[in-house]
Amino acid sequence: MRALALALLLMAAPAFSQEAPLGASTCLGCHSPVRADAAIPSLRGRDAAEVAAAMREFREGTRPATLMDRLAKGFTEAETQAIAAWITR
Amino acid sequence: MRIARRALAALLLPAPAFAQASARVVVIGGGFGGATAARSLARAGIATTLVEANPTYTACPFSNAVIAGLRPMEAQRFGYDALRAEGVSVVHQRATGVDATAKRVILADGTVLPFDRALVSPGIELRFDALPGYDEAASRAMPHAWQAGAQTELLAAQLAAMPDGGTVIMAVPPNPYRCPPGPYERASLIAHFLKSRKPRSKLLVLDAKDVFSKQRLFEAAWAALYPGLLEYVPLAMGGRVTEVDAKARRVTTDFGSHEGAVVNVIPPQRAGAIAQAAGLADRSGWCPVDPSSFESRLVPGVHVIGDAIIAGAMPKSAFAAHAQARVAVAAMVAMLRGAPVPAARLLNTCYSLVAPGYGISVAGVYRPANGVLADIPGAGGTSPLDAPASVREAEAHYAEDWFATITADAFA
Repeated sequence: MRALALALLLMAAPAFSQEAPLGASTCLGCHSPVRADAAIPSLRGRDAAEVAAAMREFREGTRPATLMDRLAKGFTEAETQAIAAWITR
Repeated sequence: MRIARRALAALLLPAPAFAQASARVVVIGGGFGGATAARSLARAGIATTLVEANPTYTACPFSNAVIAGLRPMEAQRFGYDALRAEGVSVVHQRATGVDATAKRVILADGTVLPFDRALVSPGIELRFDALPGYDEAASRAMPHAWQAGAQTELLAAQLAAMPDGGTVIMAVPPNPYRCPPGPYERASLIAHFLKSRKPRSKLLVLDAKDVFSKQRLFEAAWAALYPGLLEYVPLAMGGRVTEVDAKARRVTTDFGSHEGAVVNVIPPQRAGAIAQAAGLADRSGWCPVDPSSFESRLVPGVHVIGDAIIAGAMPKSAFAAHAQARVAVAAMVAMLRGAPVPAARLLNTCYSLVAPGYGISVAGVYRPANGVLADIPGAGGTSPLDAPASVREAEAHYAEDWFATITADAFA
């Protein structure tokens, strides 16, 4: 029971917006955590390493983009990885 | 699930969290900034009251498509039931004052709302004292349509009723104002409307400045889509409107005067009325804030976000207000806990339509520097000038998707 409560708490805790890493909460202006049918994909449940890799390619200009190439350049690799871990949770 | 989470949090979080759980925040203004902030505060366990005069919010993004007959007005309207369901106390009253010393907000009916911290997201107030001849009465003949609602419908109706062969005039203000690319999106979509419905008509855009957001993209699109129909007159060519006559539907510039079948005057603006009443605005009419916490530089304990603030490089947009709400709430929660304000990094994205299926964008990444929000060098910028039609179509599609997401995040 205690283990379940702790597990629930750990799951629930990152949902509080103030715990978002640098810049991450403002990603939600486009990437909806709730709209499953969105054209701009929800990143919830995706693989964090894949999201971080995509961001790296956007930053380096090796992945086609309409807009993410411009935004990805505003973050370092470490910042990107923290955002990817949070937004895929 | 939410209740279970709250119960667990109450059970397991350490003592300082209890102090925070009993904290009270009053949010004034239920637009993109205020609604997002109120919801985020409630989710953080803070007793949150949202003060908003109108029971329904009418969104400005995409209202230019309503004006051009491309979108129903209903698609712009949002309510506050979802916020209530999350525990936000929504009060449909006008706030008349903020007493920062006594820590209370005063409402029009005399109600007093105590707070530990307050957040004001007041939007803009149109200045009916800035352009000779353009007061509130004049706006009923020459709509501004710069606050979505009845004015949007009035401009749409005037365009629908005007004779083919008439001239539409737009007067565009100097910086700063809500939605920097908005006048040019509006010009584009009005031109699209005229081209498809009243092709012998003309659009004259009179601008009080020489440079504007996404300028090369707009000008390239105008040359390709609306040659001979849309005439743009910058400040240097006499574009600044100095006086209007609402009865004659006439505008006067430094170089002459023009009469229109429809005249859309976008007047100069300032922070919304409550910001002026609460002493949050400086002599510029806008609100100086700390760029990490969005706490007012003039009234401690009160945070200000959205179109009303002096945000440095960050534009006055719905996206920016939403982003600032998230960051301001994180700062407020930390301050209520006695914790340091987290570092801030904010995004902005603004899409504009130049025609149906033809979208362009500008984006930016911002961080606090020298007391304001500054662009991160190398990041951000506009859509490429030479993009193929498929990219323009994708951006038009993403624009609609963005609107669906941000309105869901704020209101649904």
